[in-house]
Amino acid sequence: MSGAGEPVLEVSELAVRFASTGGEVAAVNGVSFAIGRGETLALVGESGSGKSVTSLAVMRLLPGAPACRVSGAVRLAEPDGKSRELLGLPAEAMCRVRGDRVSMIFQEPMTSLNPVVAVGEQIAEAIRFHRGAGRREALAAAEALMERVGIPEPRKRLASYPHHLSGGQRQRVMIAMALACDPEVLIADEPTTALDVTVQAQILDLLKRLQERTGMAILFITHNLGVVAEVADRVLVMYAGRVVEEAPVGPIFRRPPMPYTAGLIASVPRLPTKRAIPISVEKEGKRRLVAIRGNVPDPLHLPPGCSFAPRCERAEPGLCDRDVPSVEEAAPGHRVRCVRWRELAGSAA
Amino acid sequence: MSAVAGASVAVDAGARPGRQALRRFLRHRLAVFGLTTVLALVLACAFGPDVIPYGPLHIDFRARFAPPFAGPHILGADQLGRDLLVRLLMAGRVSLTIGFAAMLISTAAGTLIGAVAGYFGGWIGAALMRFVDAVLCFPQIFLLLALAAFITPNLLTITLVIAATAWMEVARVVEAEMKSLRERDFALAAEVLGAADGFIIFRELLPNAMAPIIVAATLNVARAILLEAYVSFLGYGIQPPTPSWGNMLNNAQEYLVSAPWLAIFPGVMITLAVTGFNFVGDGLRDALDPRLDRG
Repeated sequence: MSGAGEPVLEVSELAVRFASTGGEVAAVNGVSFAIGRGETLALVGESGSGKSVTSLAVMRLLPGAPACRVSGAVRLAEPDGKSRELLGLPAEAMCRVRGDRVSMIFQEPMTSLNPVVAVGEQIAEAIRFHRGAGRREALAAAEALMERVGIPEPRKRLASYPHHLSGGQRQRVMIAMALACDPEVLIADEPTTALDVTVQAQILDLLKRLQERTGMAILFITHNLGVVAEVADRVLVMYAGRVVEEAPVGPIFRRPPMPYTAGLIASVPRLPTKRAIPISVEKEGKRRLVAIRGNVPDPLHLPPGCSFAPRCERAEPGLCDRDVPSVEEAAPGHRVRCVRWRELAGSAA
Repeated sequence: MSAVAGASVAVDAGARPGRQALRRFLRHRLAVFGLTTVLALVLACAFGPDVIPYGPLHIDFRARFAPPFAGPHILGADQLGRDLLVRLLMAGRVSLTIGFAAMLISTAAGTLIGAVAGYFGGWIGAALMRFVDAVLCFPQIFLLLALAAFITPNLLTITLVIAATAWMEVARVVEAEMKSLRERDFALAAEVLGAADGFIIFRELLPNAMAPIIVAATLNVARAILLEAYVSFLGYGIQPPTPSWGNMLNNAQEYLVSAPWLAIFPGVMITLAVTGFNFVGDGLRDALDPRLDRG
């Protein structure tokens, strides 16, 4: 499943600049992507690469003009085939889009639920905002949603408070809240990071099943490449506010031409199974864990050329540090931002 | 519904945080004493005057300066032979009414201003909070007396004047709470669901700030009672013949040596009411703050 068909959400040339004491910081720089119906796009990158800021900008949850400037376009497909630009929408209209057509779940289910409001009420709220349902009606809908996200005994749980529930159950409640109005797009900002590995798998499975049922598009933000391989159809790799590679999930794990993506994949700890061995084996059959040296560059002083060049082992002085490389199409649906991708792809093959 | 939830929960000792708070409150001896005192005062003031055979304005010259605990006037009588006990209880109605009403008004105003300032921040917050600072700069008594000098004193105006000098602290407490609460993830989560600002402030965030608001409100009752006593004592408050604890004290000054009970009993009433509410406030502070829970 690739992004064929018309996209539900289309982001083009999105840029976010924060005012800071040292000058303007470009947290997101010309990010473009599109997600189709029923598709999962994973947004991958290190901390500080601009993943979360991108999602907040799409939801219009960033602070206002003097502190933060957002430019570009975010288009949401309308049922009539036209599209609506979200960044220019008035605040009240945006309130109606949020939670109804585009929804979001967060990393920390512990803190994302209001501790003094019963979970049933919290799920019912979204239905009451957007569907104008009465309290009783909304609570009945909330019960059905809790059932759908796999919370046992949903009727009893309606009156529970967040501190009564385990982390996995809280995340299920968050998902129920986000899905209350059948959104067309779900933004999941590291939804499994705070959970146990076993619970993580359950939540990922739940999201997948819900997606099959409703056909929603998921923008899945994570730094966990294991999760990416599990859920994503396509992957978007971000580095220092720019998209450095975009590809379907298969090719990117097999043969990533962009050295940063390759570094990310190499730095995932893995058990030495047979399948993992072919990638750079040592004699004992153990694969060395490679860390990318250095840190994400200071967004106030980005390098003039490729922003990854200072950390890149394949960087060539005079070539990589001159201009910001442009995005090139390595294969259909596979975009790379690297000057040397041709040679590197050749050497890796 | 909460009983059902309680039954299904195995992890948590108390089904709802409220029950644990009640337990903590009841462990606080002074708070229980304060609550008992306050309840006793309220009940006595509400029903006492109907039981006592004298009215608060009933003059009986044969009973002038009747000493307490002797004869039909249990707590004695004043210079006009009016029964002291019934006057104390009638005064209590006035003082407690002012205390509660001023608390309600000042807490509501302070909460509203603090919530708006804390939630929106920016120039709105700055303007509101600098106004709060400005009002706080005036010594409360002088502000009160200055205001009282311009108005016709009666129950309503005195209540409003006291409320006008007591809302600032609630505003500061609420503003600080809102500033921290609005940064919490569930505020963002509510925004993501499409909640409007008003909903987020009043339905999502304020319930989380109830504990400090309740404590501040309770302490405000005590302060309002004390302030009413001040102004009435100085003659700007409730005017005779309507009794209030403050103007009864004022009246008792001349007879401090010959009939000290005229001053002592109103003083005791003020002390009981003020300390009672203060203890309740302390108890609530401990009870509603789980971090202070020490076995």
